[in-house]
Amino acid sequence: MVAEPLVWAIFLLPLLSFLLISLVIRPLLNRFAAVSGYLLIASLAVSLLLSVIVLLRLAQGADSSYAPHTWIDLGDAAIELGILLDPVTAIMLLVVSGVSLLVQIYSLGYMRGDPSIARYFAYMSLFTASMLGLVLSANIVQLYAFWELVGLSSYLLIGFWHDRPSAAAAAKKAFIVTRIGDVGFLLAIIYLFFHAGEFAAAGLNPLHIPDIWQAAQPLASGGAVLKGTALTLVCLGIFAGAAGKSGQFPLHSWLPDAMEGPTPVSALIHAATMVAAGVFLVARFFPLFQEAREAMMVVALVGGFTAFAAATLGLVMDDIKRVMAYSTISQLGYMMAALGLGAFGPALFHLFTHAFFKALLFLGAGSVNHASGTFNMRYMGGLRTHMPWTYVLLLVGGLSLVGIAPLSGFWSKDEIITAAWLGEGPVDPWVARTALALLVGAALLTAFYTFRMVFLTFHGEFRGGGAQELADAEASGRPQPTAVSSEAHLAESPGVMVAPMLALAVGAMLAGYVANPQWVKSLLGIPAHWFSYFVESAVLYGHRETPPFNWAVAGISTAVALAGILLAYLLYARVRNAGPVPAASAEAGGEDSEASGHGHAHAPPAPQQADPLERGGVVYTLLSRKYFVDELYEGLLVKRVFYRYFAGITDWLDRSLVDGIVDFTGWTTRQFGRLAVQLQTGQVQFYGAVIVLGAVLILVGYIAFGTRLGG
Amino acid sequence: MSLESMLVVAAVLFAIGLYGALARSNVIAVLMSIEIMFNAVNLTVVAFSRYVAPLALRQEIGSVLTGQVFAIFIITVAAAEIALGLGIVFAMYRHTESVSLTEANQLRH
Repeated sequence: MVAEPLVWAIFLLPLLSFLLISLVIRPLLNRFAAVSGYLLIASLAVSLLLSVIVLLRLAQGADSSYAPHTWIDLGDAAIELGILLDPVTAIMLLVVSGVSLLVQIYSLGYMRGDPSIARYFAYMSLFTASMLGLVLSANIVQLYAFWELVGLSSYLLIGFWHDRPSAAAAAKKAFIVTRIGDVGFLLAIIYLFFHAGEFAAAGLNPLHIPDIWQAAQPLASGGAVLKGTALTLVCLGIFAGAAGKSGQFPLHSWLPDAMEGPTPVSALIHAATMVAAGVFLVARFFPLFQEAREAMMVVALVGGFTAFAAATLGLVMDDIKRVMAYSTISQLGYMMAALGLGAFGPALFHLFTHAFFKALLFLGAGSVNHASGTFNMRYMGGLRTHMPWTYVLLLVGGLSLVGIAPLSGFWSKDEIITAAWLGEGPVDPWVARTALALLVGAALLTAFYTFRMVFLTFHGEFRGGGAQELADAEASGRPQPTAVSSEAHLAESPGVMVAPMLALAVGAMLAGYVANPQWVKSLLGIPAHWFSYFVESAVLYGHRETPPFNWAVAGISTAVALAGILLAYLLYARVRNAGPVPAASAEAGGEDSEASGHGHAHAPPAPQQADPLERGGVVYTLLSRKYFVDELYEGLLVKRVFYRYFAGITDWLDRSLVDGIVDFTGWTTRQFGRLAVQLQTGQVQFYGAVIVLGAVLILVGYIAFGTRLGG
Repeated sequence: MSLESMLVVAAVLFAIGLYGALARSNVIAVLMSIEIMFNAVNLTVVAFSRYVAPLALRQEIGSVLTGQVFAIFIITVAAAEIALGLGIVFAMYRHTESVSLTEANQLRH
C-alpha cells in the first residue's frame, strides 16, 4: 500500500506550483518568470514518478483503500475529502501527469518570449492539479468541485490571449456550453442528496462514490436503493455533464473554438485533461450505467453519432487545429460508444492511447505553426523537406490515429469495434449494430481527413505561410486573420519542442502493447489483455471478459483505414503534384507574386488550388458550416428563443414588477412630500396657530375622553 | 379675591396675548403680546401658589413661595427673550427695512 500522503502529493505538487507561481513569482519576481516553467516541470516530474509507483503497486495487487476525511457532515450525507484509488484512477494519473509534463516541456519552447509566461504556467499548474484532483476524488461533491475547477482553468487558458476578441469569445463559449451539461450533473448530485435517507437506511453515504455504486446493485433483500427511472435519470444527468466536457453532440460546438488558446493548451485539453474528464466521469460511474440499460443505449448512440458526425466535419476544415479538434470529438465519441456498449476496458484503453497520439498531433500542429506562421493548411504545403522530424512524428501520430496495425491506435480502436461487432453488452442488438456502422464509417473518414491534413501540410509545394495569408486577406479586403504571423522561418522547431514529441511518438507506437491484445500469452512479462483486465477489476460488479483478438474485425478496420488513406492520396497528393494549374488559380498566382514582395524572402509561393471537396456543392457547404449548428445555437436558440422569450419575460418582469415596486415607493413618497410642502408657508404665525389648534384639540380630547383613558 | 377671579383675569390676558401674537403683523406688537401671555401665566402661577398650595405645608413652614419664585424666573427669562427678540428685529429691519412678520418668510426655503 502506498502511503496516503504520497498519493495526495501527486495532486498537491502541481497545486503548490500554482500557488508559488501565482502568489510569489508573478507579483513579486516577474523578472524571473521563466523559472515558473521549470517549477511546474519539476513538480510534474515528481507527480509522474509517484503515479508510476502507484500504478506499479496497484498492478501488483496492493491494497488501495484509504479512509476518507469528513469535511462537512450533513446528517445522512457527508461531504468528504478522500482518495478513491482504483486501476482507472491509476491509469488516469499516469496519463495526466505524463502528458502534462511533456506538454510543459514543449511549452518552454513554444511560449518562449511571451510576456505573460508566468500567468501561462500558473494556469497550466491549476489545470493539471484540478484534473489530478478530479481523478482522485472519492466523494461526488469533491469530484464536482474539481470538475468545475477544470472548467475554470480551461476557460482561463482558452482565453489566455484575452486581447483577441475571438479568444475571449471562445473561452466564454467553452465555459457556457460545458456549463449546460454540468446542470445535468448537478441535478444528479442533488437527487442523490435529497434521497440521503434511503441510502442511510442501507448504511450508505449518498455522496461517497463507492457507496453510490453499491446503491445501484440489487440488495439481498431484493431491489436496489437506486433503481428504475430514478437510476436512469441520474445516469443521464451524469452523462449530460460528461457530454458537455467531452464535446459529445449536441454540446460539441465549444471544442473546435477552443483552438483559440495556445497550441500546448489545446494538446493538453484534447489529450489528457478537459475532454478526458467526461469519459472518466462515465467510467467512474460505470457500475450505475450498467444497471441502467436505457442510459447505456443513449450513451452508445450519442457516442457513435458523435464519432461519425464529427469525422465528417473534420473532412473540410482548413485550419489544421480544427481538423484535429473534430478528430478529438470523433475519438471521444468512440470512447463513449464503447462505454455505452459495455466495453469498459477498451474505452479506457482508447483514452490511454489517444492521449499519446492526440497530444503528439497537436504538438506537431504547433510545430508546423512555429515554422509557417499560420494554422491554415491552404497556406502550408511542402513542409516535409523543411521539417523532417515534425513530418515523421506527425505521420506516426496520424497513422496511430487512423489505426494502422502496429501502432497503438490500432489496438484500442480494434477492441472497441470488436465490442460493437460482438454486441454482447447490455444494450439491444440494434444499438450495437448502429454503433458498429457509425464507428466503421468514422474510421474511414478519420483516415481520409488525417491524410488530407498530412498531404496538404507536408506535400506539394509551399504556399506562402502566414505572410501570404495576411497579404491575401489585405488584397481581398477581408479582416486580418488572427493568430497569423508573417514571421515564417521555414525550419525545424527547436529541440525542446521536438523532444517531447519524440517521447509521445514512442508512446504512440508502444502504448498499445501494455494491453498485449495479441495471441501471445505473455509479451515481456505483460500477460494478454493485461490492460483491460487491470482496468476492469475496478468495476466491482460483474465485468465482462474482453473479447479475444478478432481477425475479421481487424481486417475490416485496416481495409477501411487504407481505403481512406488512398482516397486522400488520390485527391490531394497525386492530383496536386501532377495536375496543371487551373486558370482561376493562375490569376490568383499573379496577385500572389505581386503581394509576395511584402517581406518574405522565400521563393514565390505556389498558387492556391481549389479543394477537391468543394465540388461536393451543398454537402460541402453543409459541412464547412458545421451543419449550421453554430447558427442554430446562436441565431435560433440564443437570439430567437433565449433573447426573445426567456430574456423577454425576465426583462418584462424586471421592468414592470421589480422596477414597478421601486418606482411606486418613490412615487408615493414624492406625492406625500408634495402635499406636506403646502404646509410650509414660512408664516410663523400660521405655525403658531396650528400649534394652538393642536393644543386645543389635545385639551378637548383630554377633557372628553380623559376619564376613559384612566386620567 | 377668589382664585376663580384671578384665573378669569389670567385667562382673559392670555387670550388677548394669543390673539395679538397670532394676528398682528408688526413684530414689535407680537413681542408685546407675548409679554402679555407671560404675565397671564405669572398671575396664574402666583394665584395657585397663594390659594392651592397644601395647607399642611403652609402651617409647617409659615408661607410657601414656590409660585412666586417661578414668576421671578419667568420675568427674568422674558426680559432676556425680549432683548434677544428686539435684537433680531433690528437686524431684520436693517436687512429688509420692514418689521412685518408676513414678509419674514425667508426661512421657508
